[in-house]
Amino acid sequence: MPAEEPAVVAENLRKRYGDTRALDGFDLTVAPGTVHGLLGPNGAGKTTAVRVFATLLRPDSGTARVAGFDVVRQAERARYRLGLVGQHAAVDELLSGRQNLEMFGRLYHLSAAGARRRAGELLERFRLADTGGKPVKQYSGGMRRRLDLAAGLILAPPVLFLDEPTTGLDPRARNEVWDAIRQLAAAGTTVLLTTQYLEEADQLADRVSVIDHGRVVAGGTTDELKRRIGADRIDVVLRSGADLAAAAALLTGIAGEEAETDPDRRLVSVPVRDRMAALSELVPALASAGITAEDVALRRPTLDEVFLHLTAKEKEVVG
Amino acid sequence: MTMTITAPSRSALARLRWAFTDGWTITRRDLTHWANQPVQFVVNLLFSVMVLLMFGFLFGGAMAVPDGGDYQDFLVPGVLALTMVFGVEATFTAVSTDAQRGVTDRFRSLPMAPSAVVLGRCTADMLGAVLTLAALVVAGLLMGWRWHNGFASALAAFGLLLLLRLAMLWLGIYLGLVTRSPEAVMALQILVWPLGFLSNAFVAPATMPAWLGSIAEWNPLSATAAATRELFGNPGWGGEGWLAQHPLLLALLWPAALIAVFCPLAIRRYRNLSR
Ligand SMILES: Nc1ncnc2c1ncn2[C@@H]1O[C@H](COP(=O)(O)OP(=O)(O)OP(=O)(O)O)[C@@H](O)[C@H]1O
Ligand SMILES: [Mg+2]
Repeated sequence: MPAEEPAVVAENLRKRYGDTRALDGFDLTVAPGTVHGLLGPNGAGKTTAVRVFATLLRPDSGTARVAGFDVVRQAERARYRLGLVGQHAAVDELLSGRQNLEMFGRLYHLSAAGARRRAGELLERFRLADTGGKPVKQYSGGMRRRLDLAAGLILAPPVLFLDEPTTGLDPRARNEVWDAIRQLAAAGTTVLLTTQYLEEADQLADRVSVIDHGRVVAGGTTDELKRRIGADRIDVVLRSGADLAAAAALLTGIAGEEAETDPDRRLVSVPVRDRMAALSELVPALASAGITAEDVALRRPTLDEVFLHLTAKEKEVVG
Repeated sequence: MTMTITAPSRSALARLRWAFTDGWTITRRDLTHWANQPVQFVVNLLFSVMVLLMFGFLFGGAMAVPDGGDYQDFLVPGVLALTMVFGVEATFTAVSTDAQRGVTDRFRSLPMAPSAVVLGRCTADMLGAVLTLAALVVAGLLMGWRWHNGFASALAAFGLLLLLRLAMLWLGIYLGLVTRSPEAVMALQILVWPLGFLSNAFVAPATMPAWLGSIAEWNPLSATAAATRELFGNPGWGGEGWLAQHPLLLALLWPAALIAVFCPLAIRRYRNLSR
């Protein structure tokens, strides 16, 4: 694989199911050794894209390469270099965790001893060593997910596909999975991860592609994306909800943009162009208007805001 | 962190070897299921034995057997054939569970031989069928059932029974791959009963209403049951029709036809999972 060859490439992928265009001109490039987030709402085409990359699904047209191998024409060679952790845990319920890993290891053509050793290492690493002997039926959701992740890592594949790896997990289990992904990335694995949790992409991904209706509608680092939809924001939390209207008028005056209010949180928020100037003007203005603020914060837009902004814009263009 | 990877080999011989090695890995998975759930396994074996005992002792007295023969002698081949047909359920359940849980997808994303999934399923289910037959034969012998035409004939009869099971295996694989809902398992569990009883396994088709009787005569299960009765030297229903006169031929043709239809369908369906 030449040095400049991306770990994952998709060019103009299309896949239809009847009238549904699950992929509709999907393009993607993932640089080796990076974590790439594929962000999109339900039905955007994330799983379809991952299934094409994992050689499970043949696209109607377009090409995809993983680690330099075409996923249709060189599927078997690609399979030696990719790991897949699907949207739903795909492990054998009746086998124990250890038996699962040994079986998958054998199917990756490790020797019997090699598969046993690798199973032991992975159970240890994902803190399943104690429960490794129990049938998976008795595992909690988080344990199952970790086992699933371990099964995707048997060959320590250079490219790993994770389809919504933390959906349905409690925060603790989610953190465990995140840690595991960070460790993999640190060790040089290329990770393509789909998610609906914007925080997850923010936490893990070097770059993000936003997908909607089977197409990438925006891409870049999370910082770039946030910058693209514009300015930083000032959030002011008031002591009294009664001041909401007055504060909103004041912020609108300073920023020159309509301020938004959230009565439940007694919050007024406005985008600003020059953040420091706006801030130094705001604080004395609040004081002289007799409005007490509990908190004044300067922040970048969250990925949630980016996401809603981008997918809404896409709908306008399409509709 | 690096692992040595067996490079994918291009030679046909190596591919064949991997197909068998991978197939055996899949078979071992089923054997491990049995070992992990010994109670379940024994219960499954006992279920067939229970059918045999129930019919033998509950209805045995009420049944008039042709030629004044022994009812056990008549019953055992029928239950053996019935059990082979009921095997479709085990295959179906295993295949559809894997497909629904995503295990099939995981297999497909591995660099293993694609044929191994099916080969492994085949071996495991046929091993299961042999064990079930063995349990039934022991129970039958204890009840007084005997074969009368020598060991070679008896072996041929077991061969025909396993052939029927093989046909059911391909039917089960195909159905397991096309049905996606868990409710389908239930539907199939219910449907195998009429299929099993609309046959000559327990009563003579001649005693049924005409249309049911002809369904029963055409039932592949009837062909295998009649053929094994003949091979074991056990009493059968006889009958004048062409179907009743050629049980051996039919016991070969029926499963062969089912395999000829469902084996390619199942393989095509498996390949088309990537569509
Ligand atoms: N096998 C299929 N048959 C018919 N339609 C399908 C099939 N698979 C996916 N689709 C459709 O294609 C579109 C994209 O589905 P996909 O599963 O890729 O979305 P997703 O982004 O993974 O969504 P989610 O966040 O819900 O997992 C959806 O409209 C879906 O209904
Ligand atoms: Mg999905």
